[in-house]
Amino acid sequence: MSTLLEVSGVSVSFDGFRAINNLTFQIAEREMRAVIGPNGAGKTTFMDIVTGKTRPDAGQVLWGEKSQSLLRMSESRIAQAGIGRKFQRPTVFEDQTVAENLMLALKKKRGPLAVLRFRASAEDRERVEQLAGEIGLNAALHRKSGELSHGQKQWLEIGMLLAQEPRLLLVDEPAAGMTAAEREHTTALLVEAAKTRAVVVIEHDMEFVRRLNCKVTVLHEGSVLAEGSIDHVTSDEKVIEVYLGR
Amino acid sequence: MTRILLTLACLLGPLLSAPAAAQQADAPIQVLLQEHGEIIAESSRRSIGPAIDALADSGMPEAQAVLERWQAKEMWIDAASGLFVFAEEVDRDTLRIFDVATGEDLGEVPDDTYDQLKPNSGIRGMIAAALVRFQLIDPDPTVRATALDAIERDPEASHLSVLRAVKGSDGTPDFLTRVERLERLLTIRFAEEDAERIAAIESFAGDLGVDVRAALNPLVATRLEAAKTMPDGPDIAGRLYPDREGLSAGDAYVLLVDAGLAPPRISGEAQRQALESNIQNGAVAGIEVATLSTQTARDLAYRALAETGAVDPVATEGEVNAALADHVFFARYIGAPPAVAQAAALALGDIGNKVAFNRSLDLALDGISLASIYFLAAIGLAITFGVMGVINMAHGEFIMMGAYTGFVVQQVVPDYTLSIILAIPLAFAVTFAAGVAMERLVIRWLYHRPLETLLATFGVSIALQQLAKNIFGTQARPLTAPGWLDGSLVVNDIVSISYIRIAIFVLAILFLAMFLLVMNRTRLGLEVRAVTQNPRMAASMGINPDRINMLTFGFGSGIAGIAGVAIGLYAKVTSEMGADYIVQSFMTVVVGGVGNIWGTLLGATMVGFLQKGIEWLNPSNTLAAQTYMILFIIFFIQFRPRGIIPLKGRAAEV
Amino acid sequence: MAETTLSTQRAGRKPRFLLADNASVLIFMGLLALFTLGVTVLSEGFGIGVISTSFVKTLGKTLCLCLVALAMDLVWGYCGILSLGHMAFFGLGGYAIGMWLMYARTEIIVTESLAAAALPPTPQEISDGIAAQIFGVVGASEFPPIWAFAHSLPLQLAAVVLVPGLLALVFGWLAFRSRVTGVYLSILTQAMTLALSLYLFQNDSGLRGNNGLSGLQNLPGLGDVPQSTVSLWFFWASALALGLGYLLCVRVVSGKFGSVIRAIRDDESRARFLGYPVEGYKLFIFTLTAILAGIAGALYYPQAGIINPAEIAPIASIYLAVWVAIGGRGRLYGAVIGAAFVSLLSTWFTGGQAPDVSLGFYTIQWVDWWTVLLGLSFVAVTLFAPKGIGGLFDLIADRRHQDRHGADLGPEPGALREKESQV
Repeated sequence: MSTLLEVSGVSVSFDGFRAINNLTFQIAEREMRAVIGPNGAGKTTFMDIVTGKTRPDAGQVLWGEKSQSLLRMSESRIAQAGIGRKFQRPTVFEDQTVAENLMLALKKKRGPLAVLRFRASAEDRERVEQLAGEIGLNAALHRKSGELSHGQKQWLEIGMLLAQEPRLLLVDEPAAGMTAAEREHTTALLVEAAKTRAVVVIEHDMEFVRRLNCKVTVLHEGSVLAEGSIDHVTSDEKVIEVYLGR
Repeated sequence: MTRILLTLACLLGPLLSAPAAAQQADAPIQVLLQEHGEIIAESSRRSIGPAIDALADSGMPEAQAVLERWQAKEMWIDAASGLFVFAEEVDRDTLRIFDVATGEDLGEVPDDTYDQLKPNSGIRGMIAAALVRFQLIDPDPTVRATALDAIERDPEASHLSVLRAVKGSDGTPDFLTRVERLERLLTIRFAEEDAERIAAIESFAGDLGVDVRAALNPLVATRLEAAKTMPDGPDIAGRLYPDREGLSAGDAYVLLVDAGLAPPRISGEAQRQALESNIQNGAVAGIEVATLSTQTARDLAYRALAETGAVDPVATEGEVNAALADHVFFARYIGAPPAVAQAAALALGDIGNKVAFNRSLDLALDGISLASIYFLAAIGLAITFGVMGVINMAHGEFIMMGAYTGFVVQQVVPDYTLSIILAIPLAFAVTFAAGVAMERLVIRWLYHRPLETLLATFGVSIALQQLAKNIFGTQARPLTAPGWLDGSLVVNDIVSISYIRIAIFVLAILFLAMFLLVMNRTRLGLEVRAVTQNPRMAASMGINPDRINMLTFGFGSGIAGIAGVAIGLYAKVTSEMGADYIVQSFMTVVVGGVGNIWGTLLGATMVGFLQKGIEWLNPSNTLAAQTYMILFIIFFIQFRPRGIIPLKGRAAEV
Repeated sequence: MAETTLSTQRAGRKPRFLLADNASVLIFMGLLALFTLGVTVLSEGFGIGVISTSFVKTLGKTLCLCLVALAMDLVWGYCGILSLGHMAFFGLGGYAIGMWLMYARTEIIVTESLAAAALPPTPQEISDGIAAQIFGVVGASEFPPIWAFAHSLPLQLAAVVLVPGLLALVFGWLAFRSRVTGVYLSILTQAMTLALSLYLFQNDSGLRGNNGLSGLQNLPGLGDVPQSTVSLWFFWASALALGLGYLLCVRVVSGKFGSVIRAIRDDESRARFLGYPVEGYKLFIFTLTAILAGIAGALYYPQAGIINPAEIAPIASIYLAVWVAIGGRGRLYGAVIGAAFVSLLSTWFTGGQAPDVSLGFYTIQWVDWWTVLLGLSFVAVTLFAPKGIGGLFDLIADRRHQDRHGADLGPEPGALREKESQV
């Protein structure tokens, strides 16, 4: 499998605090990866760097076959290049309907003039309905997303990510605040997604990670502590010391 | 002839006027007066000079008294004898007369034969100048000082010798220093010998006094001249080139015309008149009037007219340029002999450098004082904006409220010192209360909706502004500073700063210290910082964020009130004064960066210095200065979008 | 904030013709046409003369204010940019047309006076004469470079669009590029407005300093046409501009584009992570609305007759925000209602027509107290009726729509309210 994203030697500090310290990370196409680590390990900052929200002090972030550097690109260009992100707290456009939210996310031209000329085709509307079906929001298609429950918002956000058709999906704690049944559904959605694209899941919940059944990267104090299967990392001494043992 | 008549009068005088018999007609001073009797009696400013000079230079001890009484319009002339007497009017018709030489009382006489000498103000001034030399040696120090003042005001060549005479005499060191300086200044102006003048000029090297520059500047006066070739000579100050610095092409050509080196040009207006007055049968020099609607056509018509001799020929554009190229233009010293002028130019150059340095020093002081004002105006805003994230558009109106509080206090308490001391805490109290009221009634409901807060506080702002207008009227109200704040600290003739500005600077420093103390050393400060950083966490630690927000807002508003008193002292109190400062205050906060008092300080310094700097570059136009400053800030934001001292890391991104 | 035009609630359904899809647009257009017809019939110029010419002008000016309020609503209510600079763009449009009006009219006067001279005037003489007439008041007698195109109506009409548009483009590019948002952006736009008005206040600004441009109500070459007729021409033009502007705004805010700009308003960074170039959208909206404002100004000032830098002062732009807020932002007809309601009320109060209120010990004269009332009622609207007058329509017409705005939404407390903090 070819490398889709390569992060090498990245460091960033806030006011003297080193959030990311010489981090190196790779992910291949159509790979599922879980990133775990204690609070302050730099998981969210890592996502911020990949998506262009935070500029690193040093290091390289390369993307795709052509090994483009993401560091000089704006957030929107990175998103257009095929990296989708789901935030820790569900962030959907609460003042707009589920259908509008999904329509916004559909992979289309993003420029103002193109959008001004845009007219939703029958295909587009079908795709929206199909996505709504996948995330179980078919009945709520014309409700304002602000009226949805917390879990429904999480799914809507995942649905929006899928609508973007990204090559890499960054998902930050997707299962937070979900019931057991909802987690099940979410896991299924993610595993399904990983068949066609790379998925990076940041999670605290080991049970959830175990169910994803994939390679795990453990972050600690801004760099990689261990990497391997879930059984491999959970038996690693250092990991146990900083994360699991206590 | 006159002499004979006068002598006759002298001889006959005693016979005609009885009391005058006792007059000493042959006293030297009387003789001297008689010598100039005619011009004294004529009393004309143009011709009186020699008479005054003769008296002053006579060296007679009585001369001072004569000049003084003459100046006081107490000298009369006996029409019969032509003799001068001092006289006092006893009543409408009677005079008491005194001898000019001895001052002896000569008794009362009817005023029929006496004419009062009425020197006009011009002559009185000349007499005063002449009197100066007597006053300089007067035993009374105030008289001597006044005499020096008079010389400084209106120096004359004749004063030079007097000053030199006084220089060596006794006197207080102060007095002697002044005399010495004045002597050198007068030497520069009036001394005969060039070497002497140059020495005096050199003695002033680097002196910043306005008087020195006033003495030197006329020496380096030049006249622009033109010639075929560049003349040689020590009095040539330098060459100028037309259409470059200091000499426009038009002026250069006028020089040539004036010197008779080139024919004149003609203005469009004059050309039109010339053409109009030569219209014959609807044509000018055979060219139809209707075609003369372009400049080229008119030039052609004029040339044709000139060829017929009806008008004088004038230079065309090409001829003008050729003439300009053909001649040299130079400046010639006319104020003084060349050697003196060059020495003066050198000294002025030297002084100029020093002046420039001191000007920048003065500018820096101005910048600091403006920065202090902006800091005072902005600090309250920085607290509410930085700590609470609340934009208070009514902040300027709180400043105004503080200033009006000061004004009201001064209406009640007439003592200015006491009233200011009372006004400061009272202004704080009033605006603190207003701030708390506004926080409770408006802002509390709009937390986390910054744009709506901005608009709501703007509503409060326009209401308060109009309210102030309704209560206090539209005219500016004075807020008078106590007497001990009047005047300024003068370092030299260029660098000075008014005490009010120093007081505002001190106040700004005090506020900075107070703010740091409150924020870093008190419980309130700790709680405020806690609420700023994480309100939920702070709340769970038992801090009541509502109360903290209320106090913070009150505190910020209270400081605005005190700033209002300070600003009112140096500017006028009007209902619009808040609006004048609000944008600058916002700029200060935005430039400085939110949430840090040092940022506000830096922002105020930058905005203050910038405004003064731009005003200095373009002194005639403060409006333009503000325009350019704002443009600069818009560009500045490009490079430091979060201000000089930004919040960093995650806190900034929440 | 809540969008109530029907189209946006049915984004997923088959799109229909723009007008048919928006009942409110049809109603608005109908009312505007009826209003225009009514005023014409009642006017002195073409009708029975019940409405005075000056009131026709007031109504025409109000229509222009409605148009600029529409622009403000688009940029603020839909895109979340609280611009305190749109009245500056409005003023620039006025100045651009005013320059031509003043130039052309003075040219006629000067040419007439020079025609009496013995020699036919040269172009230079005419130009000098015009310059002396126009700039004598600020002690200048030459045309500043910015008047280079003042002789040409088409070029100045282009300037009406280009000057505000380019200024907005440059300023917006600088501001949005450096990610200045929220209140920072408001203050920055206010600073821009202040800088512009201070600049224009100077005598050597080239636009007659604080004298401004005057005599704009006289159309050059149409001196014989009575003002009662001219006023109606401008009234019709204003109504047409408002109608077209409304359609344009509806076109922009409905469909996916509207969805995107509202997404940017509600959560800018989320829109960015969806791949939308947020800066481009903001710049588009900012510039488009600046142009709309410029056009509104170009129609307003010939009816007002005079323009001076005080009209551009930041306070004017803040009042514009006040109108939109009172009318109800985030809905186009709200902006129109707010601008019309408040500006007409303001004219009534400050014109001295409102009866004084005697309290016994004090008499409230509305000329003095109107601003106080406006300020306080504005605070009240912000606090108690954030939806403004437009909110009333929800109560009447849209009962089906569940209004949970401002209340806690979903299981996570305060979800929506926190979102607003990022506006």
